[in-house]
Amino acid sequence: MPDTVQLSRRTLLKASAVAGGGFALAATFPMAGRATAVSSPADLNAFITIHPDNSVTIIGKNPEIGQGIKTMLPMLIAEELDADWDSVTVEQGLTDAAKYGPQLAGGSFATPMNWIPMRQAGAAARAMLMAAAAQRWGVDAASLATDPGRVVQPGTNRSATFGELASDAAMMAVPDPASLTLKDQNDFRIIGRAIGGVDSPRIVRGEPIFGVDTQLDGMVYAAFERAPVFGATLKSADLDAAKAQPGVIDAFTIAANPQVQLVEGIAVIADNWWLANRARASLAPQWDAGEWESHSSAGYAQAAQEAWKSGSGGEVFAAQGDVDAAFADADRVLEAEYSYPFLAHVAMEPMNCTALMHEDGTMEMWAPSQTPQGGQQAVAGYLGMEPDRVKVHITRMGGGFGRRLNNDYMVQVAAIAKEMPGTPVQLIWSREDDLRSDFYRPAGWHKVRAAVDAQGTLTGWADHFVTFDLGDGAYNPAAMPAEEFPAKYVDNLKFEQTKLATAVPMGALRAPTSNALAFVMQSFLDEVAHATGKDLPQLMLELTDGVAPEPPTQGFMGSQPGFSAPRLQAVTRKVMEMARWGEPVADGHALGFGFYYSHMGYFAEVVEASLDSRNNPVVHKVWVAGDVGSQIINPFGALNQVEGSIIDGLGQAMQLAVEIEGGAAKQSNFHNYPLPRMPMTPQIDVEWVLSDNAPTGLGEPALPPVIPALTNALFALSGKRVRSLPIDRAVFA
Amino acid sequence: MAYRVTINGETREIDAPGDMPLLWALRNELGMVGTKFGCGIGMCGACTVHVDGQAARSCSLPLSAVGEKQVSTVEALEQTPVGQALQEAWLEDDVMQCGYCQAGQLMNATALLTNNPNPSDGEIDAAMQGNICRCACYKRIHGAIAKVARDGETVDA
Ligand code: FES
Ligand code: FES
Repeated sequence: MPDTVQLSRRTLLKASAVAGGGFALAATFPMAGRATAVSSPADLNAFITIHPDNSVTIIGKNPEIGQGIKTMLPMLIAEELDADWDSVTVEQGLTDAAKYGPQLAGGSFATPMNWIPMRQAGAAARAMLMAAAAQRWGVDAASLATDPGRVVQPGTNRSATFGELASDAAMMAVPDPASLTLKDQNDFRIIGRAIGGVDSPRIVRGEPIFGVDTQLDGMVYAAFERAPVFGATLKSADLDAAKAQPGVIDAFTIAANPQVQLVEGIAVIADNWWLANRARASLAPQWDAGEWESHSSAGYAQAAQEAWKSGSGGEVFAAQGDVDAAFADADRVLEAEYSYPFLAHVAMEPMNCTALMHEDGTMEMWAPSQTPQGGQQAVAGYLGMEPDRVKVHITRMGGGFGRRLNNDYMVQVAAIAKEMPGTPVQLIWSREDDLRSDFYRPAGWHKVRAAVDAQGTLTGWADHFVTFDLGDGAYNPAAMPAEEFPAKYVDNLKFEQTKLATAVPMGALRAPTSNALAFVMQSFLDEVAHATGKDLPQLMLELTDGVAPEPPTQGFMGSQPGFSAPRLQAVTRKVMEMARWGEPVADGHALGFGFYYSHMGYFAEVVEASLDSRNNPVVHKVWVAGDVGSQIINPFGALNQVEGSIIDGLGQAMQLAVEIEGGAAKQSNFHNYPLPRMPMTPQIDVEWVLSDNAPTGLGEPALPPVIPALTNALFALSGKRVRSLPIDRAVFA
Repeated sequence: MAYRVTINGETREIDAPGDMPLLWALRNELGMVGTKFGCGIGMCGACTVHVDGQAARSCSLPLSAVGEKQVSTVEALEQTPVGQALQEAWLEDDVMQCGYCQAGQLMNATALLTNNPNPSDGEIDAAMQGNICRCACYKRIHGAIAKVARDGETVDA
């Protein structure tokens, strides 16, 4: 009889028959480290359903932001099931931590977390189909094999489709995980194949699949007016004037609740979003900005200078050897100041969310969120109810880039919908709202020093980092890791920091911390290389020469491999070969190198750049060598992520900044936050260095190194060092 | 006031202020949400529709200015041979990441190839530079347009 079997430490499987003769295999992937809370088998969701017509439905459990996860996780299941991919339909799962474990789009975690459990689920279903066939034919299951979508007995003409076996398979015992053998990499038929996105056909037809496309009967639209100055409070607003505008149904204030990132402001409700948004102009709100109005990017930069000048140093957060002696004994000391600005995420689909407070007091939401479980918790907490009374549909998202890790807009629409029980409300932010209410990539300032001895060896490294005090939350996007390269690869080192007070919200932007630190560290190492008559790849190879991989560490997902110098060396050598590093390049062009390790991925990149007649940088070509483990799961998605990351990084390097002025973000739309456009697209050559490691994520690690690769190329070209982003062409004058 | 507008060959009545952008009439009045909101100021191309066959930014086109002109949207794209060829090329090359900009990209590309079936690389760049793709799928968008242009040429020849 069907039973429940625990696969690995985390996965629970349960088989059942479905009406009409199908077979459903339910799986739960409880949160790591939490008790498994499956109250009854009926609670289990059908993760894989095999229908009598041989079609297969697979649940995509994680949110899709364009990273390809809704295609990629089902590929893992379908591979081990040995399904025919063309007969697979993917459905998005609801938000449910008890059933699915973490449902998260962020941190490039999904690939390493799911590589084994998803495949185990598929393999279990396949084993049960084979057991059903063995019973039907009266043969030993060991004599059977599968072809895509069917069980066969090689050497005979016995063959049955999965659909034909489904109802019998539902009666088979769920196999012991120890009895399951996952496929050998060489036998993969789906993994490793370039497979188009499962939603792509609907996208090209303009079908409603994004959060903002949600349409419900009787739905109204909300716009939200908040203070431009971060930290300001509301003094007054003319609600009646807004209510008198055409199409406006209501206008009311929403109180702040910092615990759930809810800011104070005014909601305007209308039967058309444009009318709601337009009516904001008649609110004439008065804000009390208090001390925060005096804050500015320029003021923070000034504070960094003062912190460096004060001579008292900062709080030391990493130290090794005797850094003072290293500098005292140095043959040469290099010193430089580096900085980078705030950045916004500007996902193409502006922040939005749809909510319906049912008459029975439960909340239903359609949420474009990278962390829908976090949003569910926040909304439940805000409303003072249990999370299971907040039903959260996960919609496809028009980009995330880390912005949608914060669920402030989910709580905001819940606060609005709470006031209008029975009426569905869709909250939409304008692009101006989006740019001025972001959780920005933190700006940062580094005073870096390097000591070099008479032999040209790097003997000391110091950094006084000026950053922001963001409190003691679980995740701090303004922190620098104590092990930031070359921390463990130089004998004497000191990192110290000074933290500035701020009300500017900050958060993770694609490749958080790395997107900024790669520029500083790889640029300054390039300075060291030039000062010692080397080039950067050579210096990187020397610093890591003969160093064994670091031992595994305990992270969010359990044990994960430590940083591996040999993997760094392999991608560095690979990209040097691809770009013909060291050989002459076209007149007026130069090459620059950058390496960075983040999200368990190793990327070495070379940029070929020139300067146009007005000293604007032009990127001609980028070579990328990446190591993200033993297998590229979907080459289509993988390449798209890398190409997108490269262009994203070049945009950050060349033209993007959010400036705080008068306590508010100055940039407001694409005219002053100029994202990359098609004409600046360089040629991009990507090669994978496969290594004997479980596959890891690709949404982020290709981005960081391209920034220093560009600025290092511009140095090679002009002899001028870019030490502040975005690149100011005046540097080259 | 009510406006009569022809969209995808069908006459629709829309009761909204004349300064409402066509985008919001499509999305919120008619429930045609294929046309996307990205910036609202004509800077991103997500809202691109065709007005009398030419690409137009519906976020910046007041309802009152549409008049007798024929509007077509992504929902009707597959009814044109060029639009259909581009949709197919988009799928073959798996152009998109998040996909949010792609309705606008496809509408703009269809207008381009309809007016100029054989654009140079520079012409593709110039025609498409008003369409932002935040995910930066530019290489593939460009490639898919060039492919359809090439295939069109072979058919014609
Ligand atoms: S929404 Fe119309 S151009 Fe951006
Ligand atoms: S595919 Fe995401 S914005 Fe273009």
